[in-house]
Amino acid sequence: MGTRTDPATWPDRYGDALYRHALVRLRDPMAAEEMVQETFLAALQGRERFAGDAAEKTWLIGILKHKIVDHLRKAAREQPYEDREFQALLETSFDERGHWKIDIGNWSDPDRALERDRFWEALDECVARLPRRLAALFVMRELDGLASAEICELLELSTTNNVWVQLSRMRLRLRQCLDVRWFGHHTG
Amino acid sequence: MLSCKKITELASRSLDQPLPLGRRIVMRLHLLMCQACRRYTGQLRFLRRATTRLSHGMDYGHDREERLSAEAKERMRDEIERQS
Repeated sequence: MGTRTDPATWPDRYGDALYRHALVRLRDPMAAEEMVQETFLAALQGRERFAGDAAEKTWLIGILKHKIVDHLRKAAREQPYEDREFQALLETSFDERGHWKIDIGNWSDPDRALERDRFWEALDECVARLPRRLAALFVMRELDGLASAEICELLELSTTNNVWVQLSRMRLRLRQCLDVRWFGHHTG
Repeated sequence: MLSCKKITELASRSLDQPLPLGRRIVMRLHLLMCQACRRYTGQLRFLRRATTRLSHGMDYGHDREERLSAEAKERMRDEIERQS
């Protein structure tokens, strides 16, 4: 049975955890802070509906997740999807028969990068460079593990096949970006 | 014979769900012969390892340490009290 605490204590109890959750997804400290505040206020309004059957923190994170998804959907909708950069990347990467025409350089012992702060900054920069819909996909799939059918609905994609295609684009772009920004290869 | 471009799509998809057996076989055959695609596939898997850490707040080599400032928490507390 969950405990219900005085909402005035929520910022101290849960503020940091919620903030970290928002920050990794929104990558903007101000937006993350705003999202946490909105979450507390929405939770305040909806307290009657919280049956205390889950941990209070889980409940709050659930509200936060919803708000983040709404935020990402809105951002994706506002940017008409025309990934010219991706088309250019495709043309640079593959010949007419679909074979690689750029060098795919070796990443030797890449997991060492996971211990380097600069790597995470580079990854962050690469995610920041994604068009909004692909950035939303990144959060939904890679960070929150949503199923393709759900992503399809949330992002108003026509079919789940479209989700796979978009995910592939996202990964092609991220890989390319990291290849340059972290692993230091300059191809094409 | 699948193109490398197609293999990149299969490699991506295989991160999210098991490929049908036929596709898996064709992909394996391609990878046997194509170093670029072998590297690409491995690199996507690395990307997945990185994002897994990110999703668990274990990037930057340690648990995330970002905190809200004391002022931010106070502002939130004030607003909560105002609306209570």
